[in-house]
Amino acid sequence: MSIWEYANPRKFMQTSAWALPWVAGLAVVTLLTGLVWGFFFTVDDYRQGATVKILFVHVPAALMAVNSWLMMLVCSLIWLIRRHHVSALAAKAAAPVGVTMTLIALFTGAIWGQPMWGTWWAWDPRLTSFLILFLFYLGYIALWEAIEDPDTAADLTSVLCLVGSIFALLSRYAVNFWNQGLHQGASLSLAPGERMAMAFKLPLYVAMAGFVLLFVTLVLIRTRTEIRARRLRALEARGRMA
Amino acid sequence: MIALLLRDLRLATRAGGGFGLGLAFFLIVTVLVPFGVGPEGGTLARIAPGILWVGALLASLLSLDRIFALDHEDGSLDLLATAPIPLESVVAVKALAHWLTTGLPLTLAAPMLAVLLNLPGPGFFWLTVSLALGTPALSYIGAFGAALTVGLKRGGLLMSLLVLPLYIPTLIYGADCARRGAAALAAGTPLLMLVAITLGAVAILPFAAAAAIRVNLR
Repeated sequence: MSIWEYANPRKFMQTSAWALPWVAGLAVVTLLTGLVWGFFFTVDDYRQGATVKILFVHVPAALMAVNSWLMMLVCSLIWLIRRHHVSALAAKAAAPVGVTMTLIALFTGAIWGQPMWGTWWAWDPRLTSFLILFLFYLGYIALWEAIEDPDTAADLTSVLCLVGSIFALLSRYAVNFWNQGLHQGASLSLAPGERMAMAFKLPLYVAMAGFVLLFVTLVLIRTRTEIRARRLRALEARGRMA
Repeated sequence: MIALLLRDLRLATRAGGGFGLGLAFFLIVTVLVPFGVGPEGGTLARIAPGILWVGALLASLLSLDRIFALDHEDGSLDLLATAPIPLESVVAVKALAHWLTTGLPLTLAAPMLAVLLNLPGPGFFWLTVSLALGTPALSYIGAFGAALTVGLKRGGLLMSLLVLPLYIPTLIYGADCARRGAAALAAGTPLLMLVAITLGAVAILPFAAAAAIRVNLR
C-alpha cells in the first residue's frame, strides 16, 4: 500500500467518490461553525469595532491562496518526475480555486482597509505580493487554456510553475525591500509579542479548517471533472478512429 | 556557438530584423510620458528612473518573439535542436544575441532619453549601470517565456502575461537602484540584488527554456 496507488485514475475516482461527501459535509459544518461563531458570538474589538470580524474570512482565504500555489508546485513536481496524470490534473484543478482565494483575500482586505487605514489600497509589501501572486495565477491558467494537447500543456505549465515559484518568492522579498509595510505582522505566530485573544483565535482556527476542507472539496470535484473530461475526449477520439 | 551568435546578430541587424524598432519604441514611450503627466521638471525628474526602466522592459518584451518564433516558423529551430551542441547552450546564446541587439542599445540610449526627462546629474551613472547589469536578466527571462509559447499561434499576448510577472523583481531592484542613485543615496544594495538576479537567471533559465522547447518540438 503506497500513496502512488492513488495515481491510478480508477483508484483515485473510487476513493474520491467515497471521500467526497464526507469532506464536503465536514467543510460545510466547520465553515458554518467558524463563520457564525466568528461573526455573531465574538465581542467587537475596542479599537476596530465590528470590522475586525472580516478577519474570519480574510486570513483563511489568504492562507489558502498561498497553499494552493504550494500544492500546484508539489503536483507539478510529481508530474515532471513520475508522470502521473492525476497529479497534473489536480494542479490544473487547483489554480482557479487558488485565484478565487487570492481575490477574496484582496477584496476583504480592501473592505477592511477602507475604514481602518483610510484607503482601499496601499502599496504595502503584503498587499503587493498578493497582487503579484494573482498575476502568476492568471499566467498559469492562461497557459493551460492556450495549449490544446493535454500532455504538452501539463509539461509546460509545470515548468512555468517551478520557475514562477522562484520568481514569486523573489518578488515577495523584493517588495519587502521596496516599500515599508502598513499591514500588521503575522496573525498567528509562535513568537512572543502582542497576540490575538483566545476568543478570536478559536473561531479563526475553525474557519481556517473550514477553508482547508472547502479547498480540498473543490479540488476533488474539479479533478474528478477533469478526469471525466479526459476520458470523454479519449472515447470521442476512439469513436472517430473507428 | 559563436557561429550561432553571429548568425542571430546578422539576422537581427539586417533588413527585416527589426533591430531599430525596439529603440524607436523606447524613444516613443519616453516621449509620451511627459504628455501624460505634464511638462513640470520636478515631477519628471522624480519619475524618470522608473519610466526609463519600464520603457526598457517593454521594448525588450516586444522583441522577444524574435528569439525563437521566427526560427520555429522556418524550421531552423528543429535543426538547432538536433545540432551537436546542447539545446541549453543554444538558448543561452540566442538570449545573449537578444541582449546584444536589444538590451545593450537600450542601455546606451537611456542616458540620452534621461536628458529629456530631466534626470538629476548623479542619476546618469546609476541608471546606465543598473540597465547594463539588469537587462541581461530581462533577455534570459524573456527567452524562457518565448520558449514556453513558441508553438502557439498568437502567442504574443500570452507571452506578455507570462513574462511580465517574472520581470517584477528585476524591475524593482533595477529601478530602485537608479532612483536611489538619482537622489544621491547609497545604491549599492539594490545593485547587488539586481546582479544576483541576473546571474541566477543566466545560470538557471536556459535549462528551463530548453526543457520547454523540447516539449514544444515533441
